[in-house]
Amino acid sequence: MFERVFKRLILAAACLAVLFFPARADAHLVTTGLGPVYDGIGHFFLSPGDALAVLALALLAGLRGTAAGRRALFILPVAWFAGGLAGLTTTGWASPPEEIVGALSLLLLGIFIATDIALPAAAVAILAALIGGTHGFFNGVGMHEAGTGTGVLQLIGVAVTLFVLVALASALAVTAKPMWARIVVRVAGSWIGASGLLWTGWVLHGLK
Amino acid sequence: MKTNSFQSSRRFAWLPVALILLALVPQAQAHILHGEAGGFASGFHHPWSGLDHICAMVAVGLWGAQLGGRAMWLLPVVFPMVMSVGGFFGLIGVPLPGQEIGIALSALLLGTMVCAEVRPKHLIWPAILVGAFGFYHGHAHGVELPPGQSGLLYSIGFVIATGTLHLCGITIGLLHRWSAGKLTIRLAGGAILACGVYFLWAAVQPETKAPAPEKAKASAVEPANFWQHV
Repeated sequence: MFERVFKRLILAAACLAVLFFPARADAHLVTTGLGPVYDGIGHFFLSPGDALAVLALALLAGLRGTAAGRRALFILPVAWFAGGLAGLTTTGWASPPEEIVGALSLLLLGIFIATDIALPAAAVAILAALIGGTHGFFNGVGMHEAGTGTGVLQLIGVAVTLFVLVALASALAVTAKPMWARIVVRVAGSWIGASGLLWTGWVLHGLK
Repeated sequence: MKTNSFQSSRRFAWLPVALILLALVPQAQAHILHGEAGGFASGFHHPWSGLDHICAMVAVGLWGAQLGGRAMWLLPVVFPMVMSVGGFFGLIGVPLPGQEIGIALSALLLGTMVCAEVRPKHLIWPAILVGAFGFYHGHAHGVELPPGQSGLLYSIGFVIATGTLHLCGITIGLLHRWSAGKLTIRLAGGAILACGVYFLWAAVQPETKAPAPEKAKASAVEPANFWQHV
């Protein structure tokens, strides 16, 4: 029992450490040199803003049970992909709205996780659609501005990675049955919310 | 079975240490970041850069462990959450009078709570006290934070470091199950109380009041200088 829990904690810590390697949050996909699909796959390992939002949503869905988890698992990648397609045809969006959306989504999701609010599965699905749509949209705008012309392939890579990330993180939260395990998830949520609020302050500070 | 489990846990024991070392390693960079946030590492260092902040955050963890039950996790959740609200107001430029005195009082009062092992009837009171002081600490950090290129990573590092300080307090507070440990924790609370008295004395001195923000700013830019303040 202890060994299993310890291994899970180590895995979670390792994932967090990987998350903190990237140098900056960036909606524009980083070129891996392995082709557009791999650029999309690598996106979440190089964009902590998006990765943290996905992690938060997956944890929230997992906390709310398997039904919410399953809905988020399918809705988030689809919404992200659809938002990305819309973004590919749009220009002229500056960085501050993108950062504000990212910061506020972290704040909102963090509060929901920390308070363990009893959201119905449908509400989690709506949240997944909203967050997937907006974040995907800004990804699409970034790809369009980069002008690589391979945005759809990159979005496929993004959507596939999303599916895997949400499956892993929400499954981890769904299996968090003991009280202390739920508390660990809620504490993580409070930290995500606090980071989101500070990030909002940073963005507003930069706008002044 | 227990032995196997123990051996297995020992096999993985180096991993958290490696991760901590990884987080503490300075960034590999050709350009030294002066006056701007250097991302996660800078944010992670910042809460460790002032003894007043360390005292208060460890005291929160110690008090939570003394109170036990829900308090053990509730107080360390309340502090970073309210601290981020204070940081938000600091970042957008809302002034907070008596900031240094508030921070000094946080160490003094939280140290007193630990030293006297105060147990309020309702958990709401410790939460309000901890939250109020969290606001002061957050605001101080908010006005000190230099504008940087990665606000998100800085914020994440900052919040995790704050949580880590609480965890340090909780871990020390686990000594509470032994009678000698109880005394040790109360002595630690006494030490924090003494530090709080010193901070308060320093905060109300007219001579030391003026250069205080400069000193704090310097510690934000160069967090490695923490031990010079001790």
